[in-house]
Amino acid sequence: MPRLPAIALRSLPVLAACAVLGLLPASAHAAEIDTGITAWMLTSTALVLLMVPGLAMFYGGLVRTKNVVGTMMHSFAAMAIIGVLWAVCGYAFTFGPTQGGIIGWEPSWLFLTGLDSGIRDEGIPELVFVMFQGKFAIITPALIAGAFAERVKFRGYAAFIALWSLLVYNPLAHWIWGGGWLSGKAIDFAGGTVIHISAGVAGLVAAFYLGARRGYPESSMHPNNLVMTLMGAGLLWVGWFGFNAGSSVNSGLQTAQALAMTQIAASAGALTWISIEGVHHGRASSLGMVSGILAGLVAITPAAGDVMPVGALCLGILGAIGCYGAILLKGRLGYDDTLDVFGIHGVAGIIGGVMLTFFLRPGDRPDLLVQLWYQVEGILISIGYSAVMTLILLALVDKTLGLRMSDDDESAGMDHTLHGEHGYGLLNLN
Amino acid sequence: MKMVVAVIQPHRLEDVRKALVANGIVRLTIHRVTGHGQATEATKDLYRGREVTPDLHPKVRLEIAVNDDFVEPTIEAIVEGCRSGSGQPGDGKIFVLPLEDCVRIRTGERGSAAI
Repeated sequence: MPRLPAIALRSLPVLAACAVLGLLPASAHAAEIDTGITAWMLTSTALVLLMVPGLAMFYGGLVRTKNVVGTMMHSFAAMAIIGVLWAVCGYAFTFGPTQGGIIGWEPSWLFLTGLDSGIRDEGIPELVFVMFQGKFAIITPALIAGAFAERVKFRGYAAFIALWSLLVYNPLAHWIWGGGWLSGKAIDFAGGTVIHISAGVAGLVAAFYLGARRGYPESSMHPNNLVMTLMGAGLLWVGWFGFNAGSSVNSGLQTAQALAMTQIAASAGALTWISIEGVHHGRASSLGMVSGILAGLVAITPAAGDVMPVGALCLGILGAIGCYGAILLKGRLGYDDTLDVFGIHGVAGIIGGVMLTFFLRPGDRPDLLVQLWYQVEGILISIGYSAVMTLILLALVDKTLGLRMSDDDESAGMDHTLHGEHGYGLLNLN
Repeated sequence: MKMVVAVIQPHRLEDVRKALVANGIVRLTIHRVTGHGQATEATKDLYRGREVTPDLHPKVRLEIAVNDDFVEPTIEAIVEGCRSGSGQPGDGKIFVLPLEDCVRIRTGERGSAAI
């Protein structure tokens, strides 16, 4: 993210902060390209894009055989839909010069026209930054799809993520990263509040709004292919290095710090989860392993550039414990957040966002309690805004295009009824 | 003793299983099979934008060995689980076959007692 250490932003006048953040039109700069930083940011961009097919595999393996194609299509559709929206207007809304702190706007950035030959102060072409940020915009709505897997119409889903991206992601990312009214307060290095909490909460709201799958929870609904889920989780972990270390928008010390913390927290989360399972059930599961990896990765996301290795260890451990508990609680409460979007992304995002305050790298920091309040404030705003807007958008799409599949179509499966395809020929029954 | 064999739509399996259990039939064997019925089914698949009608469809075949008293409850349960009510062909078919004998391997019991 284009985020400077919180202290630097705090101490600068808003205008100067905007200039540093590259919010003035590109033509105002005469920066030179730094090939080292540009090379790493290009790599990071590709790594973050790789997370989307990774997510498709992760989610795709967890659903029943009849829904594998439809579920993977949700992630791929985000690449198609948000990939277009971001270039048309999403970037201008998110990173354009702020309009009263609410939303960005720069007419010459529509269709990225005015950014074609711009170079940012960090020494990278504007278009590299646009594409890097675009991958975050793509993966966020794709994450939500896990909460209502196996039961939504493709058309309704497509409309929902397009609207959600424009009306939830773009403003929220603008507020925290794009020079909006929350800039310089909450530390959100790579997207805990903007991405994981907003997507997690949206997933929770959607799970309640749409209701459970037919037959949930009494029928067993086994993953169709855990092998694919494990491969997907592996791609997510690899891609997360681009996600976190790339968010330094640099190729230097903080990049290395973010990369190291990402690795440490993911490992700590995985080890914690399988250890809990070992005590609780007497054996470790592969799904537990990947859930722990994700819990650790999500928990470190807001903190990657600002904590030390001990902090990364603790955040990974706390993330895994919190998510494990949240998923147990989900079983008790009975709602059907199918692939645990809130249970992993929402919960670990909140834990990471709050707890990072206690592990910040020593330095010129604001008062602990002040920072803690900034963190909680950012999280509450993300939760509230995402919850309310998601509910409105779900109702809107549901009443117009329709969102929930009919009972018969749901029984027959998304792959055949929505897409006219089958994932695996005749190999597997549902 | 009879062997009830049924060929049904895969997505009806869960409903059939529930209905069978509700009627007290808890022992069944399931196969994945392919085939087609009397009519070419209306369902079409897509391949690179071209509609194709698959000539063989995935089906599920149930095999349920029952004592005579249980034949009707078994048939009722399968019909209940599989009848779509659409009037279109494709809900499936049930065959009832005579069954010579049955052996429970663990105890060596024979006939009705072993079912």
